[in-house]
Amino acid sequence: MALQPFLALGAILFGIGLFGALTKRNLIIVLISIEMMLNAANINLVAFSHFALKPNIDGQVYALFNIAIAAAEVAVGLAILLSFFRARSSSDVRDVNLMKW
Amino acid sequence: MMLFGFPITGETVAFFMLALIIITSGVFLMTLRNVMHMALALGGVFLGVAGIFVILGADFVGVVQVMIYAGAITILMVFSLMLTHSGNKAEEGPEVGAVRGIATFVGVAIVVGAILLVIRHTSWPVSPTAMQPYHQSTVLLIADALFHTYTIQFELVSAILTTALVGAVIIARKEEQ
Repeated sequence: MALQPFLALGAILFGIGLFGALTKRNLIIVLISIEMMLNAANINLVAFSHFALKPNIDGQVYALFNIAIAAAEVAVGLAILLSFFRARSSSDVRDVNLMKW
Repeated sequence: MMLFGFPITGETVAFFMLALIIITSGVFLMTLRNVMHMALALGGVFLGVAGIFVILGADFVGVVQVMIYAGAITILMVFSLMLTHSGNKAEEGPEVGAVRGIATFVGVAIVVGAILLVIRHTSWPVSPTAMQPYHQSTVLLIADALFHTYTIQFELVSAILTTALVGAVIIARKEEQ
């Protein structure tokens, strides 16, 4: 295998996530799309770590850090979502306008 | 025998199967309306990416991906989807209009196409040892890197996780009257 197919897969997955994050109206689906974009970045990190001229483990360590940060982000995002749902009984992005200027 | 310009080996076949699973699950995730079907598609994407990690020789990262993404995050998403929706429908209001949807699709397609073109026309350095780059277990190498080279970052990540845990509990808690 070469490096290019993995990078191409990462780019396509990133595109699907970007499309979802830009067009979906449900807050949870937007969060899921962001997770898919982070996953695409992880594929690139691990692929470069595997195919580098002098293969080293740093890319995998970055991917692990990335996964930990993504998990923290999901926890806080869903907490905000539940709190918002309790206040407005909706999970539509257009209803998140309390702090909109 | 060649498959898209690559010789047919077990690795190539596994890669293209996993890529097919990931991309079809992603497209299903964007088009389906039923909550449970969306959760299934999300699990497909995350498990496929874990398989890609294993192909790349990153078995520890693959296992972590299965545990955190396919296990924890998918279940968390399903729980919040079920908590915030009365029925089985994921979308209550109308989607974005057709014009905006098509415009976004064209814009994203241009971006992805440009990235794919750049990937194709760049000459990437080829590692002579790409098939077997690690001469010892990746778990040992990761542990060595985490606890010798990246100790401070590791501790910072644990601080972030604690802060996020406490913050999530405080935000999601019901306020007392």
